[in-house]
Amino acid sequence: MAHAHADDPNRPEWVAHFFHSKEQQLSAAKFGMWLFLAQEVLFFSGLFCAYVAFRWMYPETWLSGADQLNKWMGGLNTLILIASSFTMALAVRGAQTKSPTALKVNLLLTILFAGGFCVVKYFEYSHKFHLGIFPADHYAYEGSTGLMPIFFAIYYCLTGLHMIHVVIGIGFLSWLLFKTQKGRFMDGNYAYVENVGLYWHLVDLIWIFLFPLLYLVK
Amino acid sequence: MMLDTPETPENAEDAPAEEHGDHGHHADEPSYLVYGKEKGFASFLKSWLITVDHKRIGIMYLISVLLFFAVAGFTAIYFRWELMTAAPDVMSGDTYNKAFTLHGGIMVFLVIIPLTPAALGNFVLPLMLGAKDVAFPKLNLASLYVYWAGAALLVYAVLGGGFDTGWTFYTPYSTTAQGPITWALLGAFTLGFSSIFTGLNFIVTIHKMRAPGMGFFRMPLMLWALYATALTQLLATPVLAITLLLVAMERIMGIGIFNPDLGGDPVLMQHFFWFYSHPAVYIMILPAFGIISELVAVHSRKRIFGYGAIALSSVSIALIGFLVWGHHMFVSGQSELSGVVFSFLTFFVAVPTAIKIFSWTGTMWGGSVRFNTPMLYTLSFLFLFLIGGLTGLFLSTMATDVHLHDTYFVVAHFHYVMASGAVISFLGGLHHWWPKMFGTMYNETLGKIGAIIIFLGFNLTFFPQFVAGSRGMPRRYHEYVSEFEGMQYMSSIGSFVLAFGLVFVLCYLLHALFKGKPAPDNPWGGVTLEWETATPPIEHNFHHTPVCVRGPYDFPEIDESLGNGHH
Repeated sequence: MAHAHADDPNRPEWVAHFFHSKEQQLSAAKFGMWLFLAQEVLFFSGLFCAYVAFRWMYPETWLSGADQLNKWMGGLNTLILIASSFTMALAVRGAQTKSPTALKVNLLLTILFAGGFCVVKYFEYSHKFHLGIFPADHYAYEGSTGLMPIFFAIYYCLTGLHMIHVVIGIGFLSWLLFKTQKGRFMDGNYAYVENVGLYWHLVDLIWIFLFPLLYLVK
Repeated sequence: MMLDTPETPENAEDAPAEEHGDHGHHADEPSYLVYGKEKGFASFLKSWLITVDHKRIGIMYLISVLLFFAVAGFTAIYFRWELMTAAPDVMSGDTYNKAFTLHGGIMVFLVIIPLTPAALGNFVLPLMLGAKDVAFPKLNLASLYVYWAGAALLVYAVLGGGFDTGWTFYTPYSTTAQGPITWALLGAFTLGFSSIFTGLNFIVTIHKMRAPGMGFFRMPLMLWALYATALTQLLATPVLAITLLLVAMERIMGIGIFNPDLGGDPVLMQHFFWFYSHPAVYIMILPAFGIISELVAVHSRKRIFGYGAIALSSVSIALIGFLVWGHHMFVSGQSELSGVVFSFLTFFVAVPTAIKIFSWTGTMWGGSVRFNTPMLYTLSFLFLFLIGGLTGLFLSTMATDVHLHDTYFVVAHFHYVMASGAVISFLGGLHHWWPKMFGTMYNETLGKIGAIIIFLGFNLTFFPQFVAGSRGMPRRYHEYVSEFEGMQYMSSIGSFVLAFGLVFVLCYLLHALFKGKPAPDNPWGGVTLEWETATPPIEHNFHHTPVCVRGPYDFPEIDESLGNGHH
């Protein structure tokens, strides 16, 4: 059927038929993303609770557990993610100012930083596996004290779940880059860019909590 | 039936179109049920399966949920048959364990949680808001497909040998037992996402897409209830997701977080589980409160008593619901202090709930109550839910809970709140919105008979369980001492009556679907926006955005000169 607002000359084509205006559509998209992030925080909160419970039960295990982790690599990854958040913010700015070059360059930089994070994490994990530090049941490293298996169960769950989110983020960022290449997001309809940006900042933020909680216990 | 006669709503429309709004000008536009039909069956089916229309998604949810309801119901009949006698004669203990797990798992994850929000809610929410769809229609369709995927995983687990952990998946049993438990865990995990998607969609839709003139406090109370439900779905479900994921990881790779041998803590799993699953009971009951608020006002022809109190008590129940999970764990070894705190907070939930019951009763007082099918379900709900709610207080008192824990008293209590809350109110809502959904009227006499059979069957099934439970009959036993045989026998007979009642309702509703008289646009004289559009509604709900010019319960026959809704 013909819609009542189809003849409105100020209505961009990308506004879906069930929204009155582009403002309504954009604010709905952003609000939905914030709610999704709230749900993400609660998803992680279970593991953070487990962290608190076990750290309270086994404080000395947490001290020696942090010793097994490489603070420098963790610190490097923190810097990498903060830098990636900065380039992500610049990418959103690029979409707002309708500058395809700024958007593309900054999306690419964000993807590269995210990839860098994965590389550093790969070296960390493989070093641990090499020593026999596996989660819980499969723990085989002799050179540690305390209830290390449970510390590393929490470590692998938290960082692993975070890692999955980083990989999903790389997927979204690449999709944005692909669509930008095809000329999208320059018509004021950049809610996708903003929302991926929000997601990416949350992934960064979770790491900023994980780093001191796991690596800097002492 | 309307599939054959798309022009039905216009035929039924005796009054001039201008009186109802604008749809009369577009008399040729097909209803949401039939558009896409002209190109043959295959493309019609496809137009349903890839639809982003909230009404069609609601109907598909309805069909799926009712299908699983039937499966869970017949499983219940099967083990009630076993329980008629004290001796194990119909099934083995192992089968019994799998049967009640199947019943509980399906009823919780596949039926009651999506029953009202995803099936009825999807249909009515945008219509009541005066919106043309939900904020994210594709996400809405995705939620249905995620539901089907989760259901497929659960069905796979059942066909692959079944699982007998109970729907709660308590460790260490769930991490050590054999069987396809991991698939069941992944199924419930997947279903959680479907619930989150629906909740997220509803919150954004309610915030951003209300019709012009509809402030938050002019929304029908159904929407307040769905809003509170959606908040709970969004904020509690992810915690269940991580819990089930950790249990699955425990099974797959021995992660150890719930394994005491490695320093883990099985009680932590119970905390996580109930942090979701207690709010989940409010996911099941809050939409019921919404339905009852609509039904009691529309069929009493009176403004609802205490609108603000009902609206805000829904939200406060949702919030307090997050703080009471420990009352499931009074005997699990948590500290006495936690026990006392959780017990106190649990009593606190009774306050907003009592406010609602009081307000609904107050609405009927002095109103012109119509004793039709929706009203009979409403009365049935009030009666049953009151019993369920009051027996909840026995269980939130620690001293009595220790005695009643894990007995039939608990089983009876949660069936009085859940089954009466979710299922009875859903049936009331289904009868209330049936004409709008399908464009036909059901037989009122049969409707009343069905409501009465279900009410009687329900009480006969579950009331004896209170008595048996308080005398010490533990739950989850297929063989029991013979002194409980009388009560169990009554309960089983009741369950057969209940099942008969439900099948009876299904029969006359199916008859109404195909042979029912065409329904008028507004059979009950409701003044909320869903009654302003055609019956059944057109694809985009409204031709022009409706404007909300009055409160949701300002019925035309209310005599304003007397004030406050009396007439």
